Amino acid sequence: MLKVIEPGLLTTVQDLGRFGWYHIGMPPSGAMDNFAFRVANLLVGNTEDAAGLEITYVGPKLEVQQEALVAVTGAELPFSINDRPVALWQAHRVAPGDRLTLGSITRGARAYLSVAGGISLQPLLGSRSTYMLGRFGGIEGRKLRAGDQLPLGEARPQLAMLGRRMDPSLIPIPTKELEVRIVMGMCSYRVKEESLADFLTATWEVSTEADRIGYRLKGPTFQFKSGEQPFGAGSDPSNVVDLGYPVGSIQIPGGLEAILLLNDAVTGGGYTTIGTVIKADLDRVAQASPGSKIRFRSVGIEETLHARQVRETRLARVRLMLGLSDLAGELGQ
Amino acid sequence: MFDTRYDYGGDEYILVIFNEAMDLETNFKILAVRQEIQRRGIPGVIETCPANASYMVHFRPEVIHPDRLIRELKDIENAVQHSDALRSRLVDIPVLFDDPWTRECAQRFGDRHQDPSVSNLEFLMRINGYSSKEEFITAYCDRPYWISMVGFVPGTAWCYRMVSPDRAIQAPKYIRPRTDTPERAVAHGGVFLCIYPVRGPGGYQMIGMSAVPVYDPEERLPDLRGRYILAEAGDRWKFRPIDMDEYNDIQAKVEARTYRYRIIDQEFRPSLYLQDPDRYLHRLQEEADHA
Repeated sequence: MLKVIEPGLLTTVQDLGRFGWYHIGMPPSGAMDNFAFRVANLLVGNTEDAAGLEITYVGPKLEVQQEALVAVTGAELPFSINDRPVALWQAHRVAPGDRLTLGSITRGARAYLSVAGGISLQPLLGSRSTYMLGRFGGIEGRKLRAGDQLPLGEARPQLAMLGRRMDPSLIPIPTKELEVRIVMGMCSYRVKEESLADFLTATWEVSTEADRIGYRLKGPTFQFKSGEQPFGAGSDPSNVVDLGYPVGSIQIPGGLEAILLLNDAVTGGGYTTIGTVIKADLDRVAQASPGSKIRFRSVGIEETLHARQVRETRLARVRLMLGLSDLAGELGQ
Repeated sequence: MFDTRYDYGGDEYILVIFNEAMDLETNFKILAVRQEIQRRGIPGVIETCPANASYMVHFRPEVIHPDRLIRELKDIENAVQHSDALRSRLVDIPVLFDDPWTRECAQRFGDRHQDPSVSNLEFLMRINGYSSKEEFITAYCDRPYWISMVGFVPGTAWCYRMVSPDRAIQAPKYIRPRTDTPERAVAHGGVFLCIYPVRGPGGYQMIGMSAVPVYDPEERLPDLRGRYILAEAGDRWKFRPIDMDEYNDIQAKVEARTYRYRIIDQEFRPSLYLQDPDRYLHRLQEEADHA
């Protein structure tokens, strides 16, 4: 058991996500920074899909009630065990009664806490991830509160080696300025060429409305090509007959702003979408906090597939370094 | 005629737009395409998400290259026929129209509405040329509504009245969206009706309250156990006006977790519908009444 003493600002149970239910309006949820989350699990000897905690901006205070290994990855924040500061991206042994204290994030936006054995709540539709808008998964579909008790699964002792840590050269450093790659298209044909060009040259600022559903981005406005609105679309030129929104897609309500949809995305609606940020770059987006600056670079489909390979190769190196090469590819997403 | 557009939605989705306008014939085709994608069991495909006049496929590019998937989807587009039968359930949705809760909510957000001096229902009546509430509600409910898309949040269904576009009931959305809508509010926006699965923001014109939930994350009701939501693309929902007594009675059954939905499984043939919509709907209703 892991007992919640203080929940932090917004701490939720997540795993790699709930797939195959987008068609009923259920987004995948799951850890926003997929790489950091998977490494957190590897460090404590878990499979990459074991459930852990996603910590946003201000960390929780927890009490462990059994022997375990723990690790914290992702954003930078103070982490201490019984008031003794300990390193991030490293496995630490804890004993019953030990207190884990996570402070305020100093760089990035989301940190991940893994515990050997994983959090063993009942999975719903194949996942333990919390989807707060739908009151689904995790603990009653909500963020943690003080007094919650999180059950832990069986650890794999042969893999749970003390002191296992990440090679610093493989640790991604969150930045306040980032370039992300995007595949333009979908409904972009409805938007004037100049506006699409502006979109790609502008620097976009992450607004304070930035959560697991999506980030509202501040930047230039968009002009639409003229023409009659199709039957059923709605009268605003940014309206389309409601269609699906991929995770990572960018929509432009009213042409006045850009919204980048993330893991708890609304799965569809009636706004023009102009492109989709590639999966491999969403980990860095997950670490962008309000005020961060984003530039978009348009890429073709082959580059996105290559980026996926690069990311998997990096994970394979992590597994190799941790002596887990026999698990290469296991449950990889 | 709009040419079908196949495009990438990043590295994990393909978006296929069949039409820019809403039209039932297009939606029938999309559901037939989805059935065929499922039947072929294409490796690497995680799921297909039908929408009103488009659909999305979520896939793993490590298993199937997106361009190969697009070729396969184009092949499916050419292979499916309107004569293909679709699974379609007829679902009874009891609704209390002109209810106190949505009226109160509409008053609270009057400053965001086109005409706050009347209820949303009266506004909808007037702009669609109806003068009596009874006449409007009867017309509104005389046909089943086709579920052409499910999404936004779990359980939201786009319900499209099964009449020709010239007889469509239409409504603008709120000038500025409300920050609140009661759970189970029945509302109309554009050419679609929807029931709000959870309390939250919204911009559709609110005209009633469904007595039955459309989303059940706690799995309270036997019919929604393990599936959580009521809607399925291709359902036909029949809205049935009820009074406050019946509303309260159904609500009590929902609270007691004993409510059972009235759902009748039927086979739906788009080709028969397109030949003579009224006659075919009448026939399906008769079949259902005897089921």
